[in-house]
Order: sequence, then C-alpha cells, then structure tokens
Amino acid sequence: MDYMNAENVTKQYGSGEATVTAVDDVSFGINKGEFVAIMGESGSGKSTLLSMLGGLNSPTSGRLSLDGVDIYARTSDERADFRKTSIGFVFQSFHLLPYLTLAENVMLPLAIVNMGKKEKLSAAIDALARVGLQAKASRLPNQISGGEQERVAIARAIVNRPPIILADEPTGNLDTRTGTEVMRLLSALNHEGITVIMVTHSNDYARCATRLIRLSDGHLVGEETAN
Amino acid sequence: MTLKNIAISNLRRRKARALFVLAGLLIGVSTVIGLLSLVQEMKNDINHKLEMYGANILIVPKTENLSLTYGGLSLGGVSFDMTEIRQDELDKIKAIKNAANVAAVGPMVLGPVTLGDHRVLMAGVDFRAAEILRPWWVVNGKIPVEENSAVLGADASKISGVKAGDRVKIQGRELLVTGILEPTGSQDDGLVFTPLATAQSILRKRDRVSMAEVAALCTGCPIPEMVSQISEVLPSANVMAIQQVVKGRMETIGHFQNFSYGVSALVLLVGCLMVFVTMMGSVRERTVEIGIFRAMGFRKSHVIRIVLLEAGMIAAVAGIVGYFAGLGATRVLLPLFTEGHGHGAVSFDPLMAGSAFLASIILGLSASLYPALMASRLDPNEALRAL
Repeated sequence: MDYMNAENVTKQYGSGEATVTAVDDVSFGINKGEFVAIMGESGSGKSTLLSMLGGLNSPTSGRLSLDGVDIYARTSDERADFRKTSIGFVFQSFHLLPYLTLAENVMLPLAIVNMGKKEKLSAAIDALARVGLQAKASRLPNQISGGEQERVAIARAIVNRPPIILADEPTGNLDTRTGTEVMRLLSALNHEGITVIMVTHSNDYARCATRLIRLSDGHLVGEETAN
Repeated sequence: MTLKNIAISNLRRRKARALFVLAGLLIGVSTVIGLLSLVQEMKNDINHKLEMYGANILIVPKTENLSLTYGGLSLGGVSFDMTEIRQDELDKIKAIKNAANVAAVGPMVLGPVTLGDHRVLMAGVDFRAAEILRPWWVVNGKIPVEENSAVLGADASKISGVKAGDRVKIQGRELLVTGILEPTGSQDDGLVFTPLATAQSILRKRDRVSMAEVAALCTGCPIPEMVSQISEVLPSANVMAIQQVVKGRMETIGHFQNFSYGVSALVLLVGCLMVFVTMMGSVRERTVEIGIFRAMGFRKSHVIRIVLLEAGMIAAVAGIVGYFAGLGATRVLLPLFTEGHGHGAVSFDPLMAGSAFLASIILGLSASLYPALMASRLDPNEALRAL
C-alpha cells in the first residue's frame, strides 16, 4: 500500500458559474522515502494539490490519506497535530518571521512541543548546522541572502524531524547556483529517508526527484519515474 | 521558544500598536481609578466635616405634649409633666452594635431659671462631651471643671450684664461664671450652661436628663442604622438623626458618584474599543504569520493564546501604571474638590490596586477575544495564498 494516497481528488473554488476547478479528479500514490516532483504551468493546480497533501486545504471531493488514514476525516486540531509531527513545509517566499533571529525562526515549530529551552535551542542549532548556517544563528533574516533564507526555511521544516517535507517552489526565488544548492540539500534529506514532495516548474530541478507527476489545468497528465 | 516568547517578540516588533493598546487601557483604568478615588476622598472629606459638625443624633423623651425647640430641631416636651430619660439608661448606648462609631454621648438637662431679672433656660451638660458635640464653641474664659460654675451664652451675658469671673445666684445657689461663649448664632447664645450635676441639683432633676446628643463617626456607619440600634436599647426615647444639613451634600456626592460611574463606563468602553480595533488590525496585518503558524501545526487554541498573551501582557502593564496614574491625578485634583482638605490624603489602596490590575486584564482580554478567535479561524491555506 502507498504511504500517501490521493484518490479522485477534486478541488473547486467559488460556486455556480464562477466555479473554478483547480484540481480535477487526480489520483496517485507516493511511497515512503520517495522524492516526488509535481510539475506544471502556473495555475495548473500543483500548489493547491500540495496544500491538500499537507492537510491545509480540504478537497471538494475525493480522499487523501497517509498510512491509510484519511487526512480530512480528522478534526482541525488533529490535522494540526498531523502537520506538527508529520509534515515540514518549505515555502517559495521563505516566510521567515523578520523579528526573530534565524535560531528563533527555526525553533518556531518547537514552540508547541513539550521540550526544555536548551533542548529546543540545541535542536535548532543542529538543524541550522544541517543546512550550513549554524554560524549565523543569531542573525535576523534581513541580514542573510535569499538562498540562505531558503536554507533556514528548510532547517525550520526539519527541526521537528518530520517524515515528509512539502516544498512549494523552493527554488522559485533563487538564482541557478543557489537553487542547485537547495536541491542538493533536499536530495540529501531524501537520502536520509525523508519523503520529499516538491512543486516546481523547472525541468532541471525536477530531475533531482525520483518521480515526476505532471499536472495541466488541474488534470494529472503524466507520471514518470527517474532512472 | 514558547508561545510567550512569540507574543513578546511580536509586541517588541509592533511597538506602535502595543503602545496604542496600552494607551487605550491606561486611559480607561487611570480615569476610573481617578474618579473612584476622587469620590471616595470627597466622601471622606464630607464625613470629616460631619464629625466636625458635632452631634448628628438626638435622643429625646417620648411625649405627646407641646415641645420646645432647640437648635431648630424639635425637642421632647420640656414641660413639667414631660417624661424624662434616666441618665443611667444612656449607658446602654455603649452596648449597641455600632458602639465603636460613637464618638461622644452628651446628656443634657434643661429647665427655666431666673438670672437677675430675666428668665433664662439653664442647660446642664457634660463639658468634656461638649468639646466633641460643639466643636464650634469658643469660650472667652474657661470651660467649667467644677460644680457650681457656669458658662453663659453671648446673649445671656449681654442681657444680664454678667461677665466671666462674676458670681451669680440662681435658685439660691451661687455659681462662678468661668467664661462667656462667643456668639454662635444658635439658641446656645441665650442659655446658661452648667455642669450636668449642678443643673440637675438646681432643677431638682437628679439622675434625669431632658435629652441627649450623640456624635457618631459616619465613615462606614449609616446613621439611620445607628438610630435604629439606639431606639432598640432606649424604647422610652425618641431617637432622631440630624441629617438635613448633610443630606444635601451627600446627595451632591451621590450625583457626582453616579456621574463618575457613567463617565468611567464610557471611558472604559472607548478604551475597549481602542483595544478591539487595534487587535483586529494587528490580526489582519499578521495573516501570513498566522498561516505559517497553522502550517507548522499550531492549533487554533495556540493562535488564540498568542493573541491573548499579547493583550494580557499589555493589560497587566496598563493596570499597574493606570492605577498609579489615576492616584496621581486624584492627588492633583483633590484640593479643587475638597477645599484643600484632601490634599495628599490619597494613599495606596492594595484592594483598589488589585482590582484595577484584574479589571485591566479582564477588559484587555475581553476586548481581544474576538480578534483572537478571528485569528484562529483564519484559513491557513488562504493566509499563505495571500502572498
């Protein structure tokens, strides 16, 4: 059985004549430890699909499950707990809080975890070390480059040691060199056993994935497995 | 990193908003404290003046006969067939529930006597009690301390031509006039005052009194209650409160108190609105941030706690600072309302300080509750798509 499953998932926004179908009857499965790239043009529904996989956006119809458990059969609080323990989000725009240091940003997911202050700081420094930024732990986000900010966002996503990372256009705001560094980092995490699901419209970065899912106008139009 | 750290960091980052919320609560709390303290101090001032006013309860014998008037108040009949009060009965006043509030009990025996060619009213009094009961008395000479001595009212002295140091004969008894009262504008001016025992002997009313005056300390003891308590222990007497002089003032204070409550409620409402609007704005400004929190696994209750922690911390500061600001304002304003009597009299009241602190927190949290709920209900997906 697949680790994550999408069965006939549809997502519509609006109502009546103004209804927009962002994702239309999409089904696929993802195995544990896979690195999946979801590709498609802008507006193809890939970010919507990613947010649904992360328990942030309920489908209009269909079923999304993790380990056989329907994600959206859970209550809002249960889905929050699911995100806390199972999912690490990496956003295109980094979404670091500008008034917190890098260490504090990385520690944010631990604010709701029952851990000691020192343990939290140690976990944050470890995560920053994992992305090569432990030396800049006390800096503010505006004191580092865009590529570094994305790496901090990855450190924040892995500080809780989640089994799944969902990355929405993680290289979208980066130059090629920095984007490649970020992709290397995601690949390394995947090699450690973390399931990575990444949305991208770059063929080059998609090649880092072990499987490719193509979307067009909300439809699944192809699946490719890397050699 | 805890939810509290997030709240503190956010307050530091959005100082202007935090200060605006603080100002709203601070103005509300300090205004309420200022007005309540002012009303309390004005009441204390009135009470102080009432104490200075002297007697505020009169005890007269029950009678259906014609009565004389004294000090503009109706006294029990002082006629020959009147019922008088036994002097030892007055000791029962010491046993009433509010006995601690009794500052002085002044028995008085009254009776007509002849002074020279004039008929005057003799009043036997306890001069030590009279110092409390008639603080306005100014005696030219000495207050009698021994029997067979007297103090004359200003008119009695003028009409009879008797001066301090003279000896007068009344009902065959020679009395030394130790002093003359300065004019008081009351019936005291026409009286001859002697020690109680002397008057009782001259008037042949041993161990009996015509009336008694009581000075009750008003702070914390409603006069009507004391009147009722004294009536219970002295069933043969009529007990009356002298309230007409002070009632007007108390009514004015009452009106001011109601006005203060109204203004306080209005200011608090405005303060709450300021907090509400500012917190709503803050929540809207932080839509993406809240979306990130939710994406990281924060529950709705975590988001609510962050918003309420921020409001609570500001409210706690507003409660403390507001109390002292209100107290300071009262100290400045009090002399204007109390003719200078209350200057510097306002002191730290732990109960009021605690109430201000709690009220500020309750108001701050109440006004922030809806914004906090709104923040928790933000769709995380919509919040993140807002970018």
